[in-house]
Amino acid sequence: MSFLIFLPLGLIGLLGLSLAAGADDAVMYGHGLLMAAFGFLGIFWVIARDGDMGGPAKAVPGGVNYNDGVIRAGVVASTFWGVVGFSVGLVIALQLAFPVLNFDLPWTNFGRLRPLHTSAVIFAFGGNVLMMTSFHVVQRTCQARLAGGWAPWFVFWGYQLFLLMAASGYVLGVTQSKEYAEPEWYVDLWLTIVWVVYLLVFMGTLWRRKEPHIYVANWFYLAFIVTIAMLHIINNLAVPISLTSTKSYVLFAGVQDALTQWWYGHNAVGFFLTAGFLGIMYYYVPKQAERPVYSYRLSIVHFWSLIFLYIWAGPHHLHYTALPDWAQTLGMTFSIMLWMPSWGGMINGLMTLSGAWDKLRTDPVLRLLAISIAFYGMSTFEGPLMSIKAVNGLSHFTDWTIGHVHSGALGWVGMVSFGAIYFLAPRMFAAEKLYSLRLVSAHFWLATVGIVLYASAMWVSGIMQGLMWRAYDSLGFLEYSFAETVEAMHPFYVIRALGGLLYVVGGLVMAWNVYQTAQGRIRDERPYETTPAAPATAPAE
Amino acid sequence: MFDHSKLEKNSILMLIGILIVVSIGGLVEIAPLFYLESTIEKVKGMRPYTPLELAGRNIYIREGCYNCHSQMVRPFRDEVERYGHYSLAAESMYDHPFQWGSKRTGPDLARVGAKYSDEWHMTHLIDPRALVPESVMPGYPFLATTALKYKDIEDHLTANKMVGVPYDEAMIAAARADLEAQVDPDSDGVEALQQRYPGAQARNFDAQPGVPTEMDALIAYLQVLGTMVDFKAYKAEDNYR
Repeated sequence: MSFLIFLPLGLIGLLGLSLAAGADDAVMYGHGLLMAAFGFLGIFWVIARDGDMGGPAKAVPGGVNYNDGVIRAGVVASTFWGVVGFSVGLVIALQLAFPVLNFDLPWTNFGRLRPLHTSAVIFAFGGNVLMMTSFHVVQRTCQARLAGGWAPWFVFWGYQLFLLMAASGYVLGVTQSKEYAEPEWYVDLWLTIVWVVYLLVFMGTLWRRKEPHIYVANWFYLAFIVTIAMLHIINNLAVPISLTSTKSYVLFAGVQDALTQWWYGHNAVGFFLTAGFLGIMYYYVPKQAERPVYSYRLSIVHFWSLIFLYIWAGPHHLHYTALPDWAQTLGMTFSIMLWMPSWGGMINGLMTLSGAWDKLRTDPVLRLLAISIAFYGMSTFEGPLMSIKAVNGLSHFTDWTIGHVHSGALGWVGMVSFGAIYFLAPRMFAAEKLYSLRLVSAHFWLATVGIVLYASAMWVSGIMQGLMWRAYDSLGFLEYSFAETVEAMHPFYVIRALGGLLYVVGGLVMAWNVYQTAQGRIRDERPYETTPAAPATAPAE
Repeated sequence: MFDHSKLEKNSILMLIGILIVVSIGGLVEIAPLFYLESTIEKVKGMRPYTPLELAGRNIYIREGCYNCHSQMVRPFRDEVERYGHYSLAAESMYDHPFQWGSKRTGPDLARVGAKYSDEWHMTHLIDPRALVPESVMPGYPFLATTALKYKDIEDHLTANKMVGVPYDEAMIAAARADLEAQVDPDSDGVEALQQRYPGAQARNFDAQPGVPTEMDALIAYLQVLGTMVDFKAYKAEDNYR
């Protein structure tokens, strides 16, 4: 069956070569060669694997022949991209505090590196975590092997190619400038192909399931995959200046483009960073706590109300702009309503720990998962608050937004991902257990303190700057020049960078822990004491 | 009573259900913007960017200026006093894509045009802290030494025309000549340029002899920002309905 994959891979290789041959600019030339390398090296890789499409990490007689190989690759890729993405974030945080670090070069200036940071953490780290966990969860909850033979591997490697083309493009100045949708038209088309295969693999695995019911985590993954496809395609509609040039012009203009972009942008948060990661919550929290999901009925209400309401929230990114007022008000109204399903989900996640709260003392992996849900609750309260027009008038365009995003991204997305990685590492590498639970605890504290420094610095600097912009003196003149507000933020930029540094160090501790676990090592350390059994009650004399 | 297990047991039904539920919000909020006439005000003065301004805009996008600079003055007292008249939807009607931005690490640029001299922009872009000591903006000295690439400028105008910007055939045919004329104020082509693009400023923006540089293009773009609409002729009440 392997030869069936050779045809598409060969076509991709030839397409890459012809793009490189006819390229109008150096970046298209390089990306054509990358695509060619993907196709042709892919053929060699398939041959070298000699039909091994990935088997279960630990073979169980009579067990399902799971494809754990692609999940193992996902653990490595997630950890790698996490460290890369956090590090670029630290670099650009330092650039804002010390602008000399821009080096006055095109490839190192903040404007090009900031999209590199956002894409690396959202799409490279977050995306790999979502693919890895969805492939794991859908197999385990369906009791079936991933569908499509080599297709899951195509999704994995094809996605890495997408990331490589997007990231190198930004640094070399190829971007369409739509936030979180910066890749140019041909990279978007490539992602569309990979994404459709991803959907087919996921659906195909659902069709193989041995359970009549589709487990709730899979609803969230399915909504994430389908909705991201819809958002990605519509927001990236564009006309390239030629089929061999990297440059294109997006289809919509001005106000229509703005709302399309933030319909996409907010739902990149809603479906990529929320729905997908709720899929993680609904599987890994019950598994790690060894308790069932708190409420099945709440899951149903949570799911449908969340995906229905989220899609409306985009206009809150455009308050007081030239977007018509009716659209702004509608966006604000739905953003406030969104608080309810968000907290419904938080309650369903946290209450799953009922009867297992004591494990928080002895299981740092569960602690990571639990604090992620707490951060989720916090940022989904802050979000509706900031969507209120009067509040947004102050917060918009300031660092408050940056602080809000990071309490969600570092606190919720990051922590729940770390929990999933620590869950998967020993299982996928067939290790007896994690290398070190004490290091997981160290990671927990580094990350938590890092977030606290980060978010509080941004709250202060954001609210301060917003107030300074609108401050008037007693004679009725604007009190501060813009430059004075920039100067006032310097100390907070330094504190923020310090918080980021702690988060990066936490990521490195995780990478070390995962590496040692993969080697099958176990650290010599003081074990966590499990709760002593309650003393047997002696019958009264 | 609706039984949720029907959806839970059928992946295709679940898929269709999701698609319906996530489509409604976008259809209600975004689709009307394309046909409601009140979405974009009627104003005098909006014209497509000249080829040089368009090339400059592409450098603005390439360097990621939108990451730190908004182009959207909100209708607040302090913003109107700091930056000028609040932004109108009409002012970005030819912007593919829009550049409203989401963060002001630096000030808003929606009305930066004609506020500073070309020389100020040139010095500031090369070394921001030479003029604004508190600035955290990166320096862009390479723009002044990099020749502008514009051999495919016609293709840029053609693609813009395809997405709805009213460039006509004459504009596309003369794109290269118009671009060169705009940085050469003494050339014969300036009159034709200003006929095609009323109000276009023709200057040697970077004050350097020789071929147009990326600095020329970027400054030409910055100097036109927010200057097109004739606010003497604009009455907000005309758009009430």
